[in-house]
Amino acid sequence: MKRYGEGRQWPQTLLIVAALVAAGVLLVLPLLVVLTGAVAKGWTVYFAAIHERAALAALQLTLTVAAIAVPLNLVFGVVAAWCIAKFEFPGRSALITLIDLPLAVSPVISGLIYVLLFGAQGVFGGWLGEHGFRIIFAVPGIVLATIFVTFPFVARELIPVMQQQGREYEEAALSLGASGWQMFRRVTLPNIKWGLLYGVILCNARAMGEFGAVSVVSGHIRGKTNTLPLHVEILYNEYNHTAAFAVASLLALLALITLALKSWVEARARSERQTAIIARADEDLL
Amino acid sequence: MSPTALRLSSASRWRVTGSLPGFGASLGFTLFYLGLIVLMPLAMVVLRTFDLSWFEFVAKVSSPRALSAFKISFGAALIAAAINVLVGLLLAWVISRYRFPGKKIIDALIDLPIALPTAVAGIALTTLYAPKGWLGQWLLPLGIQVAFTPLGIVLALVFVGLPFVVRTVQPVLQDIEHETEEAAISLGASPVQTFLRVTLPTIAPALITGFALAFARGVGEYGSVIFIAGNMPMISEITPLLIVTQLEQYDYAGATALALVMLIASFALLLLINLLQSRLAARGQP
Repeated sequence: MKRYGEGRQWPQTLLIVAALVAAGVLLVLPLLVVLTGAVAKGWTVYFAAIHERAALAALQLTLTVAAIAVPLNLVFGVVAAWCIAKFEFPGRSALITLIDLPLAVSPVISGLIYVLLFGAQGVFGGWLGEHGFRIIFAVPGIVLATIFVTFPFVARELIPVMQQQGREYEEAALSLGASGWQMFRRVTLPNIKWGLLYGVILCNARAMGEFGAVSVVSGHIRGKTNTLPLHVEILYNEYNHTAAFAVASLLALLALITLALKSWVEARARSERQTAIIARADEDLL
Repeated sequence: MSPTALRLSSASRWRVTGSLPGFGASLGFTLFYLGLIVLMPLAMVVLRTFDLSWFEFVAKVSSPRALSAFKISFGAALIAAAINVLVGLLLAWVISRYRFPGKKIIDALIDLPIALPTAVAGIALTTLYAPKGWLGQWLLPLGIQVAFTPLGIVLALVFVGLPFVVRTVQPVLQDIEHETEEAAISLGASPVQTFLRVTLPTIAPALITGFALAFARGVGEYGSVIFIAGNMPMISEITPLLIVTQLEQYDYAGATALALVMLIASFALLLLINLLQSRLAARGQP
């Protein structure tokens, strides 16, 4: 089947070439420059840069922060989507807007707000100082800022999926005697699993890659409060470009894995939807 | 906690039918977590601004340096979003209409700017467009310097904003009624006329939404910009960087005042985008 625009040879070729050039310059070249910059001085230097103590500490902190922030926002996302998608109540659309709010806020402000709360000059700063707690320029501040910037990711993927599913299946499960937990595990979860996975993948990528918000609250203490992106900045500003690109290549790899997983989840979700449609059509025929 | 408890007890009356469990608990948890992580910290920006008199506030946000930072942030985001509309439309068009080798890879790479940590994007773009970089060395003889100039800011914002336009326009282009376009062609319209009179009006709402999303992202962007911008006060200093600089100088009041202006702008943008998106969704329904 020919679509409009197809079959007209040279304008089509021109548009494809223009798109490939745009994608090449804007997307492929930045990726290539990171990967070639990382191994510019050979693989030995590359592995040394990654194995260096501060780099390993940064990697560990990045993994720790994501391991706290992602599960918390996952639980929040499921709970928030449940009440927003399955129930009607006044202020529902306002609630959705408020959940989206962190996406609209500049990363720098996402860090600033926690400095205003918990910093030395902040509201709780005096009390925290007296009791020897440190949040700002320490790991808890980094975790809080990361939770803030990744706050909406799971919820905003799940709300439309749950809304589309409706309430009939869950209601049927309950009327057949399932407990609330059984209903959730056997009916809700299988229906939302791809949306959930999609949200978690995006949430994790942002949690591991966040720069601005974390930069404001971190204090940049090498080996202690540096995440991988902050470590990249420090190395780069010290004109240690090879090491900066070596560490950056880890984050670029994370981005590529994220994109691959995302495409895979999209494809799986699409094929499952089609199978469901075919199955329903078969039932109708019978 | 009493306002939440109050809201919960009246909330139970809103339930449409008493069918599904967990409304009160899920709404309560959602409001609690939202309040704790997002609303209370954001309210600090407003509260801390009250430490300043109106006169002081106006002086802080209208100093020449602050005004030029606003101009650069909003101006660069505006130009970048406009470029994104053109490049994004080209990419969305080619991906949704034509078949060519590498199409799946390009389609997956469109989301790279979302998946790639901004600091990595920042050092990659700077290295590419530096006077000795892969692209910079060819642009310099032409008199175009991108890195360390305001042009670099626009380039970084084009990079981070690109997926927003492509991913908003792409589904609309795919769902468009080909019959309408083919009818226009068979009635003797040229492809260009068909595009301008039939296709463009259909995708215009999506283009505007994508523009607004890219603009909102660009205004607050920090990580990808600070490496390539050069960060000269009055010339290439963006507002988020000025906020960070003032924080580092312990000028909390100045940083908070600037943050409040940016917050109001992003909240207004968020409301506008929600409005645009609900219009877009309403159009998509048959």
